[in-house]
Amino acid sequence: MVTPGSDQGNTTPAPAIAETGRPATRIVLEVKDLGVSYGEHVALSGVNLTVRENEIFGIIGPANSGKTSFLKSLNRMNMFNRSMRVTGEVLFAGRDVRRWRNVYALRRRIGVVFPLPVGLPLSIYDNVALAPKLAGVRKRQELDAIVERCLRRAALWDEVKDRLHSLGSLLSGGQQQRLTIARSLSQDPDLLLLDEFSIAVDPVTTMRIEDVLKELRNEMTIILVTNLVQQARRLAERTAFFLSGRCIEVGDTEALFAGDVQDQRTHDYITGRFG
Amino acid sequence: MFSPTALNLRNRRRERWFRSLFLLTTVILVFPVVAILGTLIAKGGPILSLEFLFTEPREGMTAGGIFPALLGTVLLVTVSLLAAVPLGVAAAIYLSEYAAESRFTRVINLAIVNLAGVPSIIHALFGLGAFVLFLDLGTSILAAGLTLAIMNLPILIVATVESLQAVPKAFREACWTMGATRWQTIRMVVLPNSLTGILTGIILAVSRAAGETAPIMFTGAAFFIPVLPESVFDQTMALSLHLFVVTTQVPGVPEALPYGVALTLVGVVLAFNALAIGFRTHLRRRKKW
Repeated sequence: MVTPGSDQGNTTPAPAIAETGRPATRIVLEVKDLGVSYGEHVALSGVNLTVRENEIFGIIGPANSGKTSFLKSLNRMNMFNRSMRVTGEVLFAGRDVRRWRNVYALRRRIGVVFPLPVGLPLSIYDNVALAPKLAGVRKRQELDAIVERCLRRAALWDEVKDRLHSLGSLLSGGQQQRLTIARSLSQDPDLLLLDEFSIAVDPVTTMRIEDVLKELRNEMTIILVTNLVQQARRLAERTAFFLSGRCIEVGDTEALFAGDVQDQRTHDYITGRFG
Repeated sequence: MFSPTALNLRNRRRERWFRSLFLLTTVILVFPVVAILGTLIAKGGPILSLEFLFTEPREGMTAGGIFPALLGTVLLVTVSLLAAVPLGVAAAIYLSEYAAESRFTRVINLAIVNLAGVPSIIHALFGLGAFVLFLDLGTSILAAGLTLAIMNLPILIVATVESLQAVPKAFREACWTMGATRWQTIRMVVLPNSLTGILTGIILAVSRAAGETAPIMFTGAAFFIPVLPESVFDQTMALSLHLFVVTTQVPGVPEALPYGVALTLVGVVLAFNALAIGFRTHLRRRKKW
């Protein structure tokens, strides 16, 4: 849930959905004229889009289209890379992310799952308990409860419940990716960013994770960057198509796949003519 | 169809050639080590006894034991590690985890590399000026230990920076995206996984601290003191200087004595290293990724 209060002045009901009878949806993320560059190289420019509360927002596009750079600008990951520059505005919960004085609080509200699973060299338990610990949770019972809840939600609990104290980095790739998801859930994020999460995961595990995401949609907003066009179709309510550092178009996923596109290139990409 | 071609044969011949070449160089490297240890054990072994190790020298150092020197070396190494390890690790953490690529850090790195290249006799003069005279510590275990610490800082910093850099960046980013500060990330993920590399640096530092003679000669090690030091502000004997003394400065020393001193010195270094290596092996056993 987006914290009430911080975004009162900026909420815009999304009429399209309000008309269909569902409760008026709020905007979680609003991106205005976003640009990302690395030194001389421009990775992304002129991106404008909004992400609504509790939707899965898909981003598709070929390699080097700026999808990952887009994600990185959302929680100020550009601080990790000194050559990366971000221009434009990113409003999260109504506030420009660059105005969040406490970047650590901002990051706690945005979970990130990277393409390659990163099981930290800690025990499975500590991987999931790390974020709550950082947030100040000290009581053992509370931590136990969080760990179990997050592992269950990431569909990993049954496989690891008997060895919570063995190393997370020794799990298989698919398990590590679910551990990564459990870890980002432990932050209790409002927004979950997934960057091609299935790239190192087998198809069966991918489907399990997709089921997990469908359930998570009720509790948080998810931005799903994927190189699998069909994955966006299976999961995302709306999808953006990125190409060569530009956001070509944003539309209802089903409409895009039905051929209702504004740009021929979107159609070509979705139907597999290139990319 | 499967008979070797001329090219196959040539490759195979070369393969044998290079294999033998590398084997030969390895054997050449092992030879001095075996020769040194063999000589020391053969000639110094017989004189070693608990009495030799734990009594004081007698008759103008031509007889008796070496306890003051043995204790002195252990104290000097300990003092130098206590000073150098926290400083070196902290500096390495700054350089690896916090510092941006800038002119300032380039100058610092250059300084560290140059410090590593300074001859030990220069460190000795620096220690004399800075610790003995300026800080007025006098010639003492503390002054000598600090001098050794300065000498060892570059080794520790370089080894630590390298082991910190060996921790994958993805681990740091995963922590940062969870809202961890840099220090939280360092404490929880980076440091625990670079301890083995830091211990390697400590092993190298111990060997140098125990073996060097020049830096301690002006700053705290004495030719001959019949009594044991009472505090770090006292002078002390040291094995490395004692070896030099009994070999060249004192007439009438039995032949076995210097070998015994040398063997003890090697033993002390190995004992310190065994501690570190044991700890490192223990850490490696629960490795990680």
